Amino acid sequence: MSTPATHSPASAASPRVTGIEMQSVVLELGDGDRTVRALDDVSLSVTGGELVAVVGPSGAGKSSLLAVAGALAHPTAGTVKIHGRELATLSRKERTRFRLTEIGFVFQSGNLVPALTVADQLRLVRRLTTREPFDPMPLLESVGIAHKADRRPHELSGGERQRVGIARALVNSPSVLLVDEPTSALDRERSQEVVALLREETHASAVATIMVTHDHDVLHHCDRVLLMQDGGLQPHSAS
Amino acid sequence: MFLAVRSLSFQRGRFALVGLVISLLALLTVMLSGLATGLVNDGVSGLKGLPVSAFAFESGIQTDNAFSRSVVDKGQRDTWAGQTGIDQAELFGVSIVNTTSDTGEDIDLTLFGVEPDSFLLPKLGDGEQVGSVDGVVLSRTAADDGVKVGDTLTLDRVGTTLRVVGFTDKQDTFGHVDVGYLPLATWQYIASGMSAAGAPTDASVAAGAIDTASAIALRTADGGSLESAGVDVTAADEAAHTTTLSLTKAFGASPGYTAETATISLIQVFLYVITALVIGAFFTVWTVQRQHELAVLRAVGTPTGFLLRDGIAQAGFLLTAFTAVGVVVGLGFAAIMPAEAPFAIEAVPVVSAGLAMIILGLIGASLAVLRIARIEPATALGGQR
Repeated sequence: MSTPATHSPASAASPRVTGIEMQSVVLELGDGDRTVRALDDVSLSVTGGELVAVVGPSGAGKSSLLAVAGALAHPTAGTVKIHGRELATLSRKERTRFRLTEIGFVFQSGNLVPALTVADQLRLVRRLTTREPFDPMPLLESVGIAHKADRRPHELSGGERQRVGIARALVNSPSVLLVDEPTSALDRERSQEVVALLREETHASAVATIMVTHDHDVLHHCDRVLLMQDGGLQPHSAS
Repeated sequence: MFLAVRSLSFQRGRFALVGLVISLLALLTVMLSGLATGLVNDGVSGLKGLPVSAFAFESGIQTDNAFSRSVVDKGQRDTWAGQTGIDQAELFGVSIVNTTSDTGEDIDLTLFGVEPDSFLLPKLGDGEQVGSVDGVVLSRTAADDGVKVGDTLTLDRVGTTLRVVGFTDKQDTFGHVDVGYLPLATWQYIASGMSAAGAPTDASVAAGAIDTASAIALRTADGGSLESAGVDVTAADEAAHTTTLSLTKAFGASPGYTAETATISLIQVFLYVITALVIGAFFTVWTVQRQHELAVLRAVGTPTGFLLRDGIAQAGFLLTAFTAVGVVVGLGFAAIMPAEAPFAIEAVPVVSAGLAMIILGLIGASLAVLRIARIEPATALGGQR
């Protein structure tokens, strides 16, 4: 990375809060007659305002890491804590609510709802938590997409869709932001813009961000880079 | 409805197509409902209008088409008249004849033979009441065919003539032909097969009459069922050698009634099933196509209940709106339906049919959108798709 850890978290002045803490996490998945260990004794701690990239070959366990960190899959062993809350203690309903309020997801290509305008993408997620009036414009302005608030996803470019995806993930001020291959459908210039935006929002919102990516050209924006290989996590030589 | 309304607007072409199918099914439902009501009216409106609690037929008679087969006599009527709970019992004659009017028009009639001073007399809309030996009171619908008071109708082959003396106040048909009320004695004279050409007279009727009829019309004091009036029907049937049917069950004793209503009902049931299947299939495909979008929504924390309610609300809106469109178009078709077609629109059958479509469609849609609950939110992540 050209500028490793040059972007100190915006919350640096305040005490650093651990956004997510994974301890000795193991995830075993069924694969036909055999069992595959998708995560093998993974430990990871990301503080608020920190952007951590996870790289690795396909099938190394990156998406499994996001699934466990995002309360979408139960680990076979180990513990996952977000904002001090142990995920294993949550019921199914509580996990759904927890994902809504404490975890933000940014998916490949944005994965927006085709029928909703940019502003409505944010309003929908907000309405699930509160019926109080909500103005999506400040958040859309912060990600540079306010001028297309009334457009639908098919009227946006790939980079614009990812900006909306980032704004949607931040609507409920989550503790953790989980980002899945955000540049997979973008050209080099748009990729740099999107990951730079992620870095800015991570620092500005003091959210703990884990970004899974294949794109090594964007790693210089990250505070830390980890390598996932055969289900295990280790420091990346570039970081 | 946040998502449902916006999806309906965004995918309006797709929803309009399935809406068109719903409207066509609703249109068919209205037409069938009108046909069913029209056929019932054509078949048994003459019976429906009678202030009768039940009919007693000849013992052991096959109940389908019993009015044409049954023969009862005055003695059996007297036995019924003596039963506890029976207020009135009268012989009732039913026969279908072909006639020709003064103008040479062929007019088929169901002759109802009733005692001139009995409770079976029809409500008069025009002319004179049943009484004169050669007089007949016709259904109002016969007037629509051009028959007038004072016209003469000649029975085919035998040449016996009847004078039109009045019309009832509504449609009175039986077996799809107009009813003509006439004195029981005249009916017996004609039914005996010994009637002569020309107008019946008191003398000819008295000479040629038989004392039998088709059934015994029974009435309780309040017009309710025999059972509610405390009549021991089984014992009375044994005593009078009769088989008794309530008024509504006696509808099935009219020509073709059971076959017609069963056919229409079967088609209606098929339409309801088709509606449920069409809506269920549409929402199944719709849900499958949105599977990844729904996985994303579930992953970001959208409760399953929210998505289920949204999907069912969407189906409910579609069904209600487009069923209403189909019903309105159906009512438009009904307005231009030829008068001679057996077709009648009544609010209750149409509303019931519309509601049945909506409810069964919602059941189909609900079964389809339940798939949402089985969508795994983790599939929203690229590597696990």
